Amino acid sequence: MAAHLSSGRVNLTALREAGRRELREFLDKCAGSKAIVWDEYLTGPFGLIAQYSLLKEHEVEKMFTLKPGRLPPADVKNIIFFVRPKLELMDIITDNVLREDRGRSPQRDFHILFVPRRSLLCEQWLKEQGVLGSFIHREQYSLDLIPFDGDLLSMESESAFKECYLESDQTSLYHAAKGLMTLQALYGTIPQIFGKGDCARHVANMMIRMKREFPGSQNSIFPVFDTLLLLDRNVDLLTPLATQLTYEGLIDEIYGIQNTYVKLPPEKFAPKKQGEGGKDLPTEPKKLQLNSAEELYAEIRDKNFNAVGSVLSKKAKIISAAFEERHHAKTVGEIKQFVSQLPHMQAARSSLANHTSIAELIKDITTSEDFFDNLTVEQEFMSGIDTDKVNNYIEDCIAQKHPLIKILRLVCLQSVCNSGLKQKVLDHYKREILQTYGYEHILTLNNLEKAGLLKPQTGGRNNYPTIRKTLRLWMDDVNEQNPNDISYVYSGYAPLSVRLAQLLARPGWRSIEEVLKMLPGPHFEERQQLPTGLQKKRQHGENRVTLVFFLGGVTYAEIAALRFLSQMEDGGTEYIIATTKLINGTTWIKSLMEKLEPAPF
Amino acid sequence: MNRVRADEEEYWHSSKFRAFTFDDEDDELSQLKESKRTVNSLRDIVDDEDDDLERVSWSGEPVGSISWSIKETASGSTSSLDGRDSSLQKGSSSYAALPKPASSYSLSSLFKGRNKLSSFQSLSDALTDTGVKNYAPELRRPKAEYKDYSSDWSPRDTVRRMQRGKVCSLERFRSLQDKLVLLDEAVAGHDGNVITAVLIFLKRTLRREILFRELEVRQVALCHLIHFLREMGEQKFLLDLLRFLDRTEEVALSQYREHLNIQDVEKRREFLKGCIGLPFSAEDTSHIQDHYTLLERQIIIEANDRHLEMAGQSELFRKYPRKASILNMPLVTTLFYSCFYHYTEAEGMFSSPTNLKKTFKIPDKQYVLTALAARAKLRAWGDVDALLTTKNWLGYTKKKAPIGFHRVVEILQRNNAPVQVLQEYVRLVEDVETRLNLATKYKCHDVVIETYRDLKDRIQLTAYKCKVERGSAEEEKIHNILSNMVRNAYS
Repeated sequence: MAAHLSSGRVNLTALREAGRRELREFLDKCAGSKAIVWDEYLTGPFGLIAQYSLLKEHEVEKMFTLKPGRLPPADVKNIIFFVRPKLELMDIITDNVLREDRGRSPQRDFHILFVPRRSLLCEQWLKEQGVLGSFIHREQYSLDLIPFDGDLLSMESESAFKECYLESDQTSLYHAAKGLMTLQALYGTIPQIFGKGDCARHVANMMIRMKREFPGSQNSIFPVFDTLLLLDRNVDLLTPLATQLTYEGLIDEIYGIQNTYVKLPPEKFAPKKQGEGGKDLPTEPKKLQLNSAEELYAEIRDKNFNAVGSVLSKKAKIISAAFEERHHAKTVGEIKQFVSQLPHMQAARSSLANHTSIAELIKDITTSEDFFDNLTVEQEFMSGIDTDKVNNYIEDCIAQKHPLIKILRLVCLQSVCNSGLKQKVLDHYKREILQTYGYEHILTLNNLEKAGLLKPQTGGRNNYPTIRKTLRLWMDDVNEQNPNDISYVYSGYAPLSVRLAQLLARPGWRSIEEVLKMLPGPHFEERQQLPTGLQKKRQHGENRVTLVFFLGGVTYAEIAALRFLSQMEDGGTEYIIATTKLINGTTWIKSLMEKLEPAPF
Repeated sequence: MNRVRADEEEYWHSSKFRAFTFDDEDDELSQLKESKRTVNSLRDIVDDEDDDLERVSWSGEPVGSISWSIKETASGSTSSLDGRDSSLQKGSSSYAALPKPASSYSLSSLFKGRNKLSSFQSLSDALTDTGVKNYAPELRRPKAEYKDYSSDWSPRDTVRRMQRGKVCSLERFRSLQDKLVLLDEAVAGHDGNVITAVLIFLKRTLRREILFRELEVRQVALCHLIHFLREMGEQKFLLDLLRFLDRTEEVALSQYREHLNIQDVEKRREFLKGCIGLPFSAEDTSHIQDHYTLLERQIIIEANDRHLEMAGQSELFRKYPRKASILNMPLVTTLFYSCFYHYTEAEGMFSSPTNLKKTFKIPDKQYVLTALAARAKLRAWGDVDALLTTKNWLGYTKKKAPIGFHRVVEILQRNNAPVQVLQEYVRLVEDVETRLNLATKYKCHDVVIETYRDLKDRIQLTAYKCKVERGSAEEEKIHNILSNMVRNAYS
């Protein structure tokens, strides 16, 4: 089930295994049969750690979704709530508990498992409702870093960016630091820490402090990671705003990938059997899991979408030829040989069918006029053209009432590419947005300003051209089919964050001191002492392993760019990626928007 | 627009901009189609029954995954629940029917922030010795937690224990000095959960002025308290704090945000009126003023139009019943509405488009766009014509479109305007190529023919002959032009 986690340079199965162990231990604390009541948000992340079979082995007989009302009648000894520490969820739990039939026998025991942390506030809340005493075990399950793939970890904390940069709530940084401590416990102390940004500085400080406070944590594991690079999302606000142009990036932009699953419109995935066609067209979205366990997907996910079609057609020819082989199979031995390969071929065939359908769906969109126009404007901004005046296309989109998030993405992109907009331009956009979408969005605009995404230019100085040129963020001669630079992931734009990682590995940040000073927050280097026996003696030609931690979110295109660097022949560095949340421009902006509907209670 | 058009060639062919298109030689769409055909044809060869190596249900959830299992194990028991669920989700009213919890305030009051400030007092109870003792028997606490319970932890240890989710007494920290050390320790730990718990303790045990003063020099803690107050809806306390800090703009925005919780329009309008005087930035002040004015107008228009619609005497309302109330709609939507239902009204009327345009200083471009869309929807082509016609001081009329005629054509086309109407505006599109494209796309034959004639493009004109109907007037026209061209060429 989790083979893909061990395929990379660092075997992340160990992390998953640690998570499973902790889960088993908790389940065994509640002796007897049990039912789990799930905070729905958690089922996705938990699904990456464990299957139902694991729970079943530990006497979990029933599972329900958390909702108000009476709990379903289940003949179990224990009811366990798996929840995030959120007050609104505590209300539902309270309701569940209060409605429990006191007369039933035998009585059911209640427990709460907070993920990722117990919260004093929530427990207090439960106490106020007079139900705290009903819970026998109240524990926490620190699901800090969840393995998504062989080289990818995420905390899946939706609001991390908002909390860090808007509300100055650093709790998610604390979790990040804790997650890093867990990683170090499993994979050895990371000798070198680099960072850029305020949050990065905080996390490094916390790690050092935690290490000091738990001297017993000094472990004797040979370090797997050579370097940790902590990057603040607000060092590079630009990248997530641009439309990702890798295959996986586009799937995420258009359909949204959640916990490695994507839901797609069912029409292109019609019933397989001939003769059945048209009868029961499925109406439910088709759900697919996307990770490197699927050979074909691993091959195409990080390619520029323009290079995907040719791979698919090549694969189709190969598979077709493989099936043709059956005609040449004459002897029993040959037939046997063919049959033994059938399962693999069938899997490859169905995988190819799925991705051909997805590629068609995406192609419908990327060939549309509006996608083209939007991309043109993005590329103009990123290459530094006309960023200081009101843009016609944006105005047109507002006039046609395109989705507000699309407008905000573009306006923010323009602002970032101009180190802030001229006051007159900013006021103009603001006015148009408020008049067209409603005055209450003044609150959202304010949030974007606070986060630095949308702002007036101060000091009349635009630093972006210098940053762009020094870091070579815009590449004119991009090769989408056989890329030679990371800029292929945005068809021209090289993500700033990944460029920083690349330059850190070679030739080092000292060469870009000036630009680093223009980007927000401090940059720093820390060293963690290793016991003499554990110091690495590198074999000749052995690659270094760097963990890049994006505080505030990372996009699939950035991940693709880092994977590209890992695979470069003379790159010398392999990257493992960690983040607070996998994001794209839309989900990111959404997390910063003011909730306009009143609370449901 | 023109700048772009003029050097378009160079623009797109320069290497600077990569259009997101596919290689011509290796047309990908056909490749995709072909791949699909190949793949599909293979289906006949293999029996599909056993191709799911990993069993996956249609929804894609692997059989045995957690979310799949929830559905599986829960089915059968959920149906009996549905009735109850729906009654609960309706909101606070149904909560009244719940068995009252022992404490005296309701959930909804906590969320709305109407609770007494004391409602959180007892958080620290959980953190005091007595609180724990009283509670302990009922809690059936695992023994481990008693064991390392002690009452004289240092501030640092206290924070560390709280970070590990253990219960700690805070009441021991009596002096201001102690409390501040505790707070600083919590902040240094970066754990928001602990910082907030300490802040609640301080909030309860310190005088406001002192708390505010100390927080002013502790920005991180301050942010946490603001976030907490906002979350809990403790609006008054929050405003006091922001005022103390002189963060006036934030006070204003925070207060303005409250209007979202007011459902009653009259009350909302009154509230917005009160917001106008708040210390917003100059730019924002005018937006807030506009917001108020807009809602005021909408209330008047709504009352009027609802009455009109109900009376059933207005043909317009009978023919096009309103889909929704205009209340709380954005300005541009309101303008569209007024262009749709109140186009001809005199400027003096609140509901007239010109009045709205003036009051809110709507730019020409925006106005024309909106009016055009509204009138086109009603198929009032005369109005469209008038809207785009300007008179100069000599009395000559001229067609003018601040949004560009290609946009006019788009809007009209979207509203299924007849070719005669479309043609008139396609003709006015300045850029020749755009004009040809639009004309060809929307079958405005006359415009296409005339344009090729003006370009003296015999080849295109000849080719276009097959696009028009045999024996039609258009075909005749092409013939004439072609033979004229020949004659001119030889004469």
